[in-house]
Amino acid sequence: MAAVSSPARKVYNKLAIVAVLVITLIFLSPIYWIASTAFKPRNLATTVPPTVFFDPDIAPFIKLFTKRVQMTKPVEPEVYETASWWEKRIYDGGERVLRTGDEVQLSQYPNRFVNSLIIAVTSTVLAVVMGTFTAYGFSRFRLKGEADLLFFILSTRMLPPIVVAIPMYLMYRAVGLNDTHIGLIILYTAFNLSFSVWLMKGFMDEIPKEYEEAALVDGYTRMQAFFKIVLPEATTGIAATAVFCFITAWNEYAFALILTNRRAQTAPPFIPAQIGSGLTDWTVIAAGTFLFLLPVAIFTFLLRNHLLRGVTFGAIRK
Amino acid sequence: MAVLARLESDTRAAARGWSDVTIRNLFIIPTIAFLIIFNIFPLIYSLAYSFTDFRASTNQPATFVGLQNYRELLGDPRIWSNLSVTAKYVIVSVAGQMLVGFGLAMLLNRSFPLKGLVTTLLLLPMMLSPAVVGLFWKLLYDPSWGVINYVLGLGKFSWLSNPDAALYAIAITDIWMWSPFVMLLSLAGLSAVPRHLYEAAAIDRAGPFYTFFRITLPLVAPILLIALIFRTMEAFKTFDIAYIMSTQLNTELVSKRLYKMAFQEWQTGLSSAMAYIVLIVVLAITNIYVKYLNRVKER
Repeated sequence: MAAVSSPARKVYNKLAIVAVLVITLIFLSPIYWIASTAFKPRNLATTVPPTVFFDPDIAPFIKLFTKRVQMTKPVEPEVYETASWWEKRIYDGGERVLRTGDEVQLSQYPNRFVNSLIIAVTSTVLAVVMGTFTAYGFSRFRLKGEADLLFFILSTRMLPPIVVAIPMYLMYRAVGLNDTHIGLIILYTAFNLSFSVWLMKGFMDEIPKEYEEAALVDGYTRMQAFFKIVLPEATTGIAATAVFCFITAWNEYAFALILTNRRAQTAPPFIPAQIGSGLTDWTVIAAGTFLFLLPVAIFTFLLRNHLLRGVTFGAIRK
Repeated sequence: MAVLARLESDTRAAARGWSDVTIRNLFIIPTIAFLIIFNIFPLIYSLAYSFTDFRASTNQPATFVGLQNYRELLGDPRIWSNLSVTAKYVIVSVAGQMLVGFGLAMLLNRSFPLKGLVTTLLLLPMMLSPAVVGLFWKLLYDPSWGVINYVLGLGKFSWLSNPDAALYAIAITDIWMWSPFVMLLSLAGLSAVPRHLYEAAAIDRAGPFYTFFRITLPLVAPILLIALIFRTMEAFKTFDIAYIMSTQLNTELVSKRLYKMAFQEWQTGLSSAMAYIVLIVVLAITNIYVKYLNRVKER
């Protein structure tokens, strides 16, 4: 558009850039707000007018990981003196940490976080491995009804989660997979597999066939050519696909809500469920949310050049 | 030469290792089988239940009731109100996303320092977990101390427990979350418009409106259509944020109703039937989506 630069165009261009920057700030403000709430002292979280400037406080994160009770009377000075730095922060809030023996009792959050990690990582690995093979198959070999098969594969991803969850719940109940890690891993693998096939097929199509053909001429078998020539060429694609699958599994809510409740519960159904149990401490919820969103934010930056491909299932690339 | 090499390699590879057909089947069949077992088989299972009065909360065996469930659903005014709420939600939220997303892309479609960083930052919302996004927007919407009311000077206006505002409040959150998606696709479309068309238009002294409606819009339209269909399909399925943000009956989207029917009222048979109705709608939209996706891909 900037091909012709009249003075009016230049002004328009400047205005557009200013507008973009302002809108970006507005867009980011909800994320900034949740992140800043995670570092606020409890009494500043829900003030009117909202508190913008404050001394950052690590207490919400300490509270996030520990089980605590409200104290009826102030802590004795000698106990306070001997307590470790983080425990003092909890005493400062009028609470004390629960212990069994000498062990500090952890809250449920670390457990849910680890569940999320185990389930998302395992299902990602499975979906990407299977997806890579299948994508290679679709990319290199002719198949009768190929378009229909690919549509079938994609359509399994488009199903509304609740629609699938109703029979899955009954089937998992019948075989004892409700509230297990394996149950969710299988489901997320199935959910991501279709995505991984479509995305990987786009990446595979871009690797010139001539590479393998040269290898075949040199005496490689097809399998050797796949592992030694194609896979190394596809590394970027595999990494991008894996990150997308991980984010999808990490963020998933509906299946986790329905199919887990304690042992295998992941963070997305857990974090909102903390509200409404007595007085909600928003700083702790914000801290939990912040830690949960952090990996996704980092991955978004790593993925930035592949986002378009990812959201269009590999159909549109730049 | 290439043909010759290929012919030769095929026969040699076949002699040494697995044939291409074996490898093809080995690579594709497990995935198809896995997807059939975990996506199609459950649907057959629930199709069967949709013709029964089964309730998963009791031990009573299911009895066959024929089309009773489907008849009951189609005659239930609450379902029709769920559908109209969903339609309203889809229209408001998708229209908002298209406008904001395309507008942002128009603004971003020029070079300036930090463009890459700004674009990535703008894309952040769509990567976040909808459940958690719903949760922290609840904090922003709080009537007594929420930031939104303070910034807009709305006093104690209640968003999420207000039957007239709740659906729009959820739609605003959805627009915030998914405008970046439309923006991303629009940017790809805009950057693909050939420069020389604009140069020609400038030489012909075409005004900005003419340039926009005769050059930009027609060329970006196919990709905008893809964004539109995809977002429509996703908005129709919305569950997470709506379920977390409000319990208002006026925000009872089809997915929320389905969840309540299946896992709170435990009407397994009835909800299976409803799931099938939803499924058919979604598959129809998916079909259209894939058709357009392939069309754009071919260009």
